[in-house]
Amino acid sequence: MAIFLTERSRVLIQGITGGEGRKHGARMLAAGTKVVGGTNPKKAGQTVELNGTDVPVFGTVADTVAATGADVSVIFVPPAGAKAAVIEAIEAQIPLAIVITEGIPVHDTAEFWAYATERGNRTRIIGPNCPGLASPGKSNAGIIPADITPAGKIGLVSKSGTLTYQMMYELRDIGFSTAVGIGGDPIIGTTHIDCLQAFQDDPETQAIVMIGEIGGDAEERAAAYISENVTKPVVGYVAGFTAPEGKTMGHAGAIISGSAGTAQAKKEALEKVGVRVGKTPSETARLAREIILSS
Amino acid sequence: MDLFEYQAKELFAEYGVPVPKDKVANTADEARQIAAAYAAEGISKVVVKAQVKTGGRGKAGGVKLADSPDDTQEKAGKILGMDIKGHTVHRVLIAEATDIKSEYYLSFLLDRANRTFLSICSVEGGVEIEEVAHTNPDSIARIPISPLTGVDHAKALEIVRAGRIPAEAQEGAAILAERLWAMFVDEDATLTEVNPVVLTPDGKVLALDGKVTLDDNAGFRQDLAKFADLASTDPLEAKAKEKHLNYVKLDGEVGIIGNGAGLVMSTLDVVAYAGEEFGGIRPANFLDIGGGASAEVMANCLEIVLSDPAITTAFVNVFGGITACDAVANGIVSALALLAERGETVDRPIVVRLDGNKAAAGRQILHDAALAIVEQQDTMDGAARRAAELAGTGSARTPKGA
Repeated sequence: MAIFLTERSRVLIQGITGGEGRKHGARMLAAGTKVVGGTNPKKAGQTVELNGTDVPVFGTVADTVAATGADVSVIFVPPAGAKAAVIEAIEAQIPLAIVITEGIPVHDTAEFWAYATERGNRTRIIGPNCPGLASPGKSNAGIIPADITPAGKIGLVSKSGTLTYQMMYELRDIGFSTAVGIGGDPIIGTTHIDCLQAFQDDPETQAIVMIGEIGGDAEERAAAYISENVTKPVVGYVAGFTAPEGKTMGHAGAIISGSAGTAQAKKEALEKVGVRVGKTPSETARLAREIILSS
Repeated sequence: MDLFEYQAKELFAEYGVPVPKDKVANTADEARQIAAAYAAEGISKVVVKAQVKTGGRGKAGGVKLADSPDDTQEKAGKILGMDIKGHTVHRVLIAEATDIKSEYYLSFLLDRANRTFLSICSVEGGVEIEEVAHTNPDSIARIPISPLTGVDHAKALEIVRAGRIPAEAQEGAAILAERLWAMFVDEDATLTEVNPVVLTPDGKVLALDGKVTLDDNAGFRQDLAKFADLASTDPLEAKAKEKHLNYVKLDGEVGIIGNGAGLVMSTLDVVAYAGEEFGGIRPANFLDIGGGASAEVMANCLEIVLSDPAITTAFVNVFGGITACDAVANGIVSALALLAERGETVDRPIVVRLDGNKAAAGRQILHDAALAIVEQQDTMDGAARRAAELAGTGSARTPKGA
């Protein structure tokens, strides 16, 4: 098993005819993902060629779902159109929508999140501003490189893309059940807690690596959740100890406001509930390896 | 992006949020002229307020009452140039002094934890809300605001009543709240705070001070450039911004270039951690090259980082995901050639760590280029340690073999 994304997942791409949609659509296909279609209202009825495969283009998400049985949407629509794209996915009641787009105004994200909630959260939203998720050997939805690591026993949840890749690389000898990049925006759909819960319930996952960074209090809340609900070993890493107060560090959500959102506070919250927190990504990987090899 | 008080109040006025009469001055002489014009209208008392993007101006002596144009000039002269918590005062706001009967607090903000918006309202204003939360938590109302339904007059009344604002000020405060919400939405704000909201003896409700933060991601539909603060922006940050680079100046010695926000933040930490061994070496900046790294982008990055006189070593840390390390390596080689062509002396060592997509090819390119100042390391921790060592041992300006 894996979480959220399996070999049975049927993936559609919103924005499949754009540069990013084509490039990553081809990479997903090459990784074995079942890419069954995509949307572009102006090119409905046409096909788009990805790596020698002709993928059908539909006018709407609902049409794609009806024709192909797609149950995952990967959204590459640029910021100005992203809110409408996510709302369209929610209306089509697709079970999983992965929002790769970076730079969506937070008012738009707040609005589509409220919209999803009002409709009973039947669509799981991952992101925005995230690399997507990879269940190695099964399926890959987003922009995470598929060849870093084979399948294995570690579940990974991370706010950062490249740190996700770094961690997958460091632990490629053990492998991953699923790696989820949840994104670095101030409002995101799927949280650390959602992934911890899913990994806890996933029989294939033996240990969980959780990567956080400055800003907000998601890591502190995850720590509280772990102490109550997670029995599998969790290893943590937090980035941004040297970040100054009041400066946005690349990710829109990575900002220390006053004394809130510091890396130190997050590390302490995690350690308090028994999570071992590495000082560097490599040390974090060593801690995870020790746990897997000793169990 | 945080706004100055005077910019916040310009926006307030645009949206009909009532504010006292005011005008911003860049010099003491301008301050005098504004006060003289007000005096001619019968306004004798003004407040001279330092314009800095930090709290505690009053305590630092950055807010003074003045009762004549001469007095205004003198007070403005003292406040301009003042340093308040590391912020230099370049402008003062000259505002009509307001008679105050009561002070309240009102704000709209992003509630990250609950993934929605929030209004905070309190009958206790004029002090920092964090302090009120400590001394009188029961006086603070927190009302969630749905992005779908927003704030109409009924909701606004609910907010001010929950904040226990007295009956005589409720209607005025509710109108203020409604307009403040309109501004919060239309301007893509993540914070609009009025502290204090004041009730005057003649029953008016005014926004006496304002704090506004706008969403940088909304730049494609908002004119954020008009709020740019060139005077207080670090020159290197300004230069990086022109080249669309994600750069934050810090105060250390090791210049950092990496790909991806999380990895770059992590790189800063790992350098600082390794630097403890070498007399407290610290990272000099945050710089994320983003996805893909053309030779030109790499040249711009190296140029910005190397033009910081504080750095003694640079560290390029790339994990190739989508980014290919051979492109990064070619970028470094041509960047150094480009900088040499521009006549710039590049004599500080550059430690490079390449891993991931096409790492072997990238490493080979750097090896073959045999650049005297470029030194490769196999791991992130090893490279950080080496960069800190080079920066800390004073051997930084001695060229190293590749």
